[in-house]
Amino acid sequence: MSDLNKLTITEARDALRKGDVTSVELTEACLSAIDAADALGAFAHKTPDLAMERARAADARIKAGDAPDMCGVPVGIKDLFCTEGVPSQAASKILEGFKPEYESTVSGKLRDAGAVMLGKLNMDEFAMGSSNETSVYGNAINPWRAGNSDAALTPGGSSGGSASAVAADLCLAATGTDTGGSIRQPAAFTGTVGLKPTYGRCSRWGIVAFASSLDQAGPMTKTVRDTAIMGAAMMGHDPKDSTSADLPVPDFEAMLTGDIKGKVIGIPKEYRMDGMPDEIEKLWADGTAMLKDAGAEIRDISLPHTKYALPAYYVIAPAEASSNLARYDGVRFGYRADMAPGDGITEMYEKTRAEGFGAEVKRRVMIGTYVLSAGFYDAYYNRARRVRALIKRDFDEVFADGVDAILTPATPSAAFELGKEVSDPVEMYLNDVFTVTVNLAGLPGVAVPTGMDRNGLPLGLQLIGRPWEEGELLNTAYALESAAGFVEKPARWW
Amino acid sequence: MSIDTATAAKVAKLARIKVEEAELPALAQEFNAILGFIEQLEEVDVDGVEPMVSVTPQRLKRREDVVTDGDQPAKVLANAPDAREGFFSVPKVVE
Repeated sequence: MSDLNKLTITEARDALRKGDVTSVELTEACLSAIDAADALGAFAHKTPDLAMERARAADARIKAGDAPDMCGVPVGIKDLFCTEGVPSQAASKILEGFKPEYESTVSGKLRDAGAVMLGKLNMDEFAMGSSNETSVYGNAINPWRAGNSDAALTPGGSSGGSASAVAADLCLAATGTDTGGSIRQPAAFTGTVGLKPTYGRCSRWGIVAFASSLDQAGPMTKTVRDTAIMGAAMMGHDPKDSTSADLPVPDFEAMLTGDIKGKVIGIPKEYRMDGMPDEIEKLWADGTAMLKDAGAEIRDISLPHTKYALPAYYVIAPAEASSNLARYDGVRFGYRADMAPGDGITEMYEKTRAEGFGAEVKRRVMIGTYVLSAGFYDAYYNRARRVRALIKRDFDEVFADGVDAILTPATPSAAFELGKEVSDPVEMYLNDVFTVTVNLAGLPGVAVPTGMDRNGLPLGLQLIGRPWEEGELLNTAYALESAAGFVEKPARWW
Repeated sequence: MSIDTATAAKVAKLARIKVEEAELPALAQEFNAILGFIEQLEEVDVDGVEPMVSVTPQRLKRREDVVTDGDQPAKVLANAPDAREGFFSVPKVVE
């Protein structure tokens, strides 16, 4: 077999079990692809020796007949996950040199299932960003290019390295995390599939915290079936995360029948934004027609508080971040600034944090500090939490009325040029306009590639499901994927 | 609500992030842009709505109040920028 790095998880699993290929061969193919793709900036820390060791162990396990689905499958792990003995920096200078003594629950579950970690993937610093431009490692770059242009495009963010690596076939799949759209927006920008599970499905233990009431890990893969397989391997109850749900994880793959007859798909009118590009409008209408042709009932719905999701998010997420990031003080791990004579502990904190955090992280920590400060707590933070309750209520009511899933665009545009949008933070925040509601309401959401823009760049739609019903959601996504038949890959330039 | 440079300096201090005097006006301006965006929330009628604490109605799990971990000071200190004699080391705090 050639081009083993281009396989899907499904293909690799089946070939491994049949003995047509070994994990060592798969892993070697991915490691060569990674070494040839430094121009993409996707991998921040490569772990080839560890990968080969795990691949050999996986092969032994497969031979012994004890092979879970992910056994022997080479994957990339976002730098936000703590991985034992391997740098885990959240793409920040402030965690320079940090090598965790422990493994995050999610990456540990993948490891225990036999998945082979190839290395740590680039991302926005502390997952704060929508273009992977806030990383201490430099930009991750989208393997896709617009038409004949050789301008570097963003792979999206914050899981930009994950998306770039999966789209460029550097790994079979990757982990991502999603606080406001950080799995789904990069998936849409790179023609890949990304799932943000229901809040509580994946343990947050050992994942560097950004906004704890919103953060969820999820899979980023080449197909919906792969997402079903990898998602199931990442989920499950964990006593070490008090918000982790003690619910059984169904066999999602077995639920992919493609039959969505009679399912009610909601089309929310509030997602039709002023100035939305025609291409996105058409993509959405086409996707709606595909689901209708597959036998679903299409219903216009209203989610009246949608408009307030982004401003609520930009209170709640920075507030939680300012609290979570207080731990980076130069004492217990990571970077400590050089001190001047006479500097005390306060100067040590202030210099360490000024030098260790990048501009966007500092901005959000300080905004969070402000909205939580005495006198403003009610006006900003409590008000935002009330609005959040209303946003969730919008979804609750729609689901109570019998809607099974909601179809929206995943992003307001295709991937944009690096360096274009960083000047105005609020403009950058608009990237999350279609995805952030899902985090605020704690729902599962999946991005599926369904078309291309006029420059040949991939575009994705988002499906939003009922809480804990990822299986049904993925089945609808599977029907959409099958109807859209998106098979394009980026032409290799790197 | 408009943030002036004095407020920006105060916020930076609370967040324990050193910001040079010369950078304060630009920082205040950025805060104002973001807060202007956030202030849309004032349009929403939130009377009688409780602030959301948890997105899922489930109660947080409780576990037995017993020691489950510990006795690994070397691992705890392994990543410290400055650790001595089994402790984290910091500049003198008490005169």
